[in-house]
Amino acid sequence: MAPEDRLETDGGTATGTAFGRVSRRKDVAFRYLTLSAALVGIVSLAVLLANVAVDAVGWLTWDFLTRQPSLRDPHEAGFYPALLGSIALMLLIALVTFPLGVGAAIYLEEYASDGPLTRFIQINIANLAGVPSVVYGLLGLGLFVSLLDLGFGTLIVAGFTVSLLILPIVIISAQEAIRAVPDSLRQASYGMGATKWQTIRNVVLPRAMPGILTGTILALGRAIGETAPLIMIGAPTVVFGAPNSLFSKISAMPLQIYTWADQPQLEFQYGVVAAGVVTLLVVLLSINSVAILIRNRYQRRTGQ
Amino acid sequence: MSEHDFAHDGVRTARGAAFRYLFALCALLSIATTAAIVFTLLYDAVDFFGAVGPAEFLLGTQWSPTNEHTFGVLPLISGTLTITIGSAIVALPIGLLTAIYLSEYATERRRAYLKPAIEVLAGVPTVVYGYFALVYVTPALDTFLPIGTFNALSASIMVGIMIIPMVSSLSEDAMSAVPDSLRQASYGLGATKFTVSTSVVVPAALSGIFSSFILALSRAIGETMIVAIAAGQTPRLLDLTDPAGMFLDSVQTMTAAMVQIGQSDVVGQGVEYQSLFAVGLTLFVITFAMNLVSEWVASRYREVYQ
Repeated sequence: MAPEDRLETDGGTATGTAFGRVSRRKDVAFRYLTLSAALVGIVSLAVLLANVAVDAVGWLTWDFLTRQPSLRDPHEAGFYPALLGSIALMLLIALVTFPLGVGAAIYLEEYASDGPLTRFIQINIANLAGVPSVVYGLLGLGLFVSLLDLGFGTLIVAGFTVSLLILPIVIISAQEAIRAVPDSLRQASYGMGATKWQTIRNVVLPRAMPGILTGTILALGRAIGETAPLIMIGAPTVVFGAPNSLFSKISAMPLQIYTWADQPQLEFQYGVVAAGVVTLLVVLLSINSVAILIRNRYQRRTGQ
Repeated sequence: MSEHDFAHDGVRTARGAAFRYLFALCALLSIATTAAIVFTLLYDAVDFFGAVGPAEFLLGTQWSPTNEHTFGVLPLISGTLTITIGSAIVALPIGLLTAIYLSEYATERRRAYLKPAIEVLAGVPTVVYGYFALVYVTPALDTFLPIGTFNALSASIMVGIMIIPMVSSLSEDAMSAVPDSLRQASYGLGATKFTVSTSVVVPAALSGIFSSFILALSRAIGETMIVAIAAGQTPRLLDLTDPAGMFLDSVQTMTAAMVQIGQSDVVGQGVEYQSLFAVGLTLFVITFAMNLVSEWVASRYREVYQ
């Protein structure tokens, strides 16, 4: 078949057959249908975000960020303990998940042979990533609160629980980063007489670090939005101070938002909560932009 | 060569071996996590089933742990099913069409912007989605539907929006893995892009697409905050004579029931507290099975084209 014939039917030009024209119309309609489907989610989210941003105006003040919470007077409600609780929680989670996640990824990518045990660990990690967060909350309640007696809703229990929750995500992304390091670099290092550990420490890890950091930071972004596990481990919904030890009871931004959203007054629902949501999203956005910055800087460097 | 060098080698080897075991421990922690989940869930669930009985739990049609001490999980499963079906109606077609657009129609440039933008949907905290559903979506629906303050419909819509990226990303991966020769052959026969997408690419990627559907539905079943905030706390059995009413009024899912018990004062012992773990175990078994099936379906498809 000559190429022109194919183009004619495919393009449905004026000289095309009736069949060609109908197909072409259907084709164009389908293209717009798929494009609008791709935009549905983005547009709905944009509309909702615009709504919440408008509602937050006047409520999101410096006072709001530095005051204690209130459940009676919306004009007195503040976000300070929840904000600091979330930050403390995130630091603890980062300290726990980074070494554990990177360690597991190094083992799976550099040491483990492709046996049934490795495959079992791999499937297990993929499945853990899909376990509902509320179930992790029960794990925290059963293991850290009941069995180890670390206290209801303490910083350490919340930190450990959410760490276990995001660990699979950290491991999977660190594995991808380590896998992306070219094997020639490892071979060169061995050729110089380096041991396996020296190769990992001096060649593989520095090269994989931007990818590992990006993945870990994105996982921390997910951790900061987690609410259900904190409810299950009995984290108090309202706390009137910043955490000062691992055994302080803490609240967190999403938990505080959940409590306020439950209040019947409209000033809470449309004002205070909106201010809380905007704060949470701004913190989340800042965290994610750090991840994107790291990724971009790294991409530029390898591009040179 | 001095002896010193050999000694140094020994230290290096020992250190290398130590790190190897350290890293292996980190990897084994994931198995320990799964074991700990199963153990903690079973530990209290076993006591619960001693007091209530598995048949009463699994077949009971009344869920009222605090007032009437009835522990039938069916109303909760029914509520979960309602939300899952609702969110599937939103997310599966939209996600699949999005994947077709990204994989077959979008230019490289447009995909570079659209894909991360769609993935943002999965990164929004679910408590925020729940708040959106309660405060913006429900009042908007209320203008033309006889809808309750807490209802399954707006919760379903929000859960659906949340899981769109899961469907679109994984389906797109599956479609991109379809060899280009199949497309070229079809174009060579005079097919349009519509025909190529719907009759060649989608069927060829079907197992990957199914796998993404199952995974997304598993996520919808486990979703907690959106349903706890927007769908309410009314455990109800699915009324087959009035399926629409199920969406317009409040329902309670398994996850929302867990949040409700978790927030109440039933700490430590007691059947109510233990029922938390029985419901958690049910949820864990359902989602874990779905994740395994999704993995299995996806791996079948990987074998075909690699």
